[in-house]
Amino acid sequence: MSTLTLDAEALYTELRAGVGTLLRPDTMLVGIWSGGAWLAERLQADLQRKGPAGVLSSTLHRDDFGERGLASGTGTTQLPFAIDGAHILLVDDVLYTGRTIRAALNELFDFGRPASVALAVLVDRGGRELPVQPAFAAAKVSLPASQRLSLARDRDGRFTFSIAEA
Amino acid sequence: MLSRRNPQLNAHGELIHLLSTEGLPRAVIHHILDTAGTFLSVNEREVKKVPLLRGKSVFNLFFENSTRTRTTFEIAAKRLSADVINLDIARSSTAKGESLLDTIANLSAMHADMFVVRHGESGAPYLIARHCAPHVHVVNAGDGRHAHPTQGLLDMYTIRHYKREFTQLSVAIVGDIVHSRVARSDIHALSILGVPDIRAVGPKTLVPGDLRDMGVRVCHDMAEGIRDVDVIIMLRLQNERMSGALLPSAGEFFKSYGLTEAKLALAKPDAIVMHPGPINRGVEIDSAVADGSHSVILPQVTFGIAVRMAVMSIIAGNEA
Repeated sequence: MSTLTLDAEALYTELRAGVGTLLRPDTMLVGIWSGGAWLAERLQADLQRKGPAGVLSSTLHRDDFGERGLASGTGTTQLPFAIDGAHILLVDDVLYTGRTIRAALNELFDFGRPASVALAVLVDRGGRELPVQPAFAAAKVSLPASQRLSLARDRDGRFTFSIAEA
Repeated sequence: MLSRRNPQLNAHGELIHLLSTEGLPRAVIHHILDTAGTFLSVNEREVKKVPLLRGKSVFNLFFENSTRTRTTFEIAAKRLSADVINLDIARSSTAKGESLLDTIANLSAMHADMFVVRHGESGAPYLIARHCAPHVHVVNAGDGRHAHPTQGLLDMYTIRHYKREFTQLSVAIVGDIVHSRVARSDIHALSILGVPDIRAVGPKTLVPGDLRDMGVRVCHDMAEGIRDVDVIIMLRLQNERMSGALLPSAGEFFKSYGLTEAKLALAKPDAIVMHPGPINRGVEIDSAVADGSHSVILPQVTFGIAVRMAVMSIIAGNEA
């Protein structure tokens, strides 16, 4: 836990297996920008699903807009399918306070009324501030609040985790 | 009037007011245009509203009438979930003799978070920005002959949308340049974005020679002015200028500088035609051109909402 090393590729393999059991034929994969979008894109290909995965940006519904303002390069929501009545599986890299998921759900509902929404994540680091529960997490870790865990993707599409002091 | 620091930016170089396109860093302009791109898609959603300015009060202060500009700011603020208060200032407190700064102090006491200001006097929005409380943001919606920065920025958004890059472009601005705050805002923004060929086209009475100091090529001949350009920005010929002996007549102006299909053929084959509106058909632009395939006048209006949403949300998120 202290000298934590997370093998993002190994966790991705577990996530792929977990997501495989959650998916129904008509489920739509939607990744939360940016790390979750990379994961959803790769899952969509690896699980041989038709069409592109959706991308949700939580930026416009964030609750810390007053402190942080609008940053550059925050991604845009792209949902190339109808949301009304759809079964949605949200994918994200790290689940922490739950605030990003709250914002992403608000964003999603701006596009319609899904039949159901579930969540799969690579890493659940605890520390929830809202009642958000993932249907699948490839790993559960505990990190001090001062540390920031983030996913990176290299040019070959391989994932790595980096931990930095916030 | 010029302080050492650009009054629109805070100590970190972030935008806190939008008063003019003059002196805006190129990165700030691109940030606004990128953000506007995000908001453009919001306007096509089922729910055309995001909560970025929820709980904030935006006061539209129009000391000079402009239903259209005021409406676009109102739509933009409402789509950001702000509460919008429209004040018909010209007909209320000012008419009773209250000074501009007293009006602002009163509205600030009502807990305004943002002022959108249109004023007949150049510099009025600067005065307000200098004297309002630190948490209050000011957007210039047109001041005198000085600036109309959101129009300038929406013009830049339109050009980037259709032409992608600025650094190879030829842009002609045609008509009444001397009285146009739009022209001035466009010229500053185009220079900052690296447009190498900016031309100001019109009669000597309406196109001052000192524009050359701003790096603009002055053309009094329409054919020379629009030959091989990528973008033509037509300006509205303000009727009130006609009486001032600056022009013989609207008909004369149209013959020399009105944009017809024949004149448009001198520009590049894929040239776009822009106009800040409202258009005077048969005065500065022929109907066939205004409604033709080169015209992007209506997309400009759509982009204008997104650009104003971008400006308001960016300044509201930055502290003085």
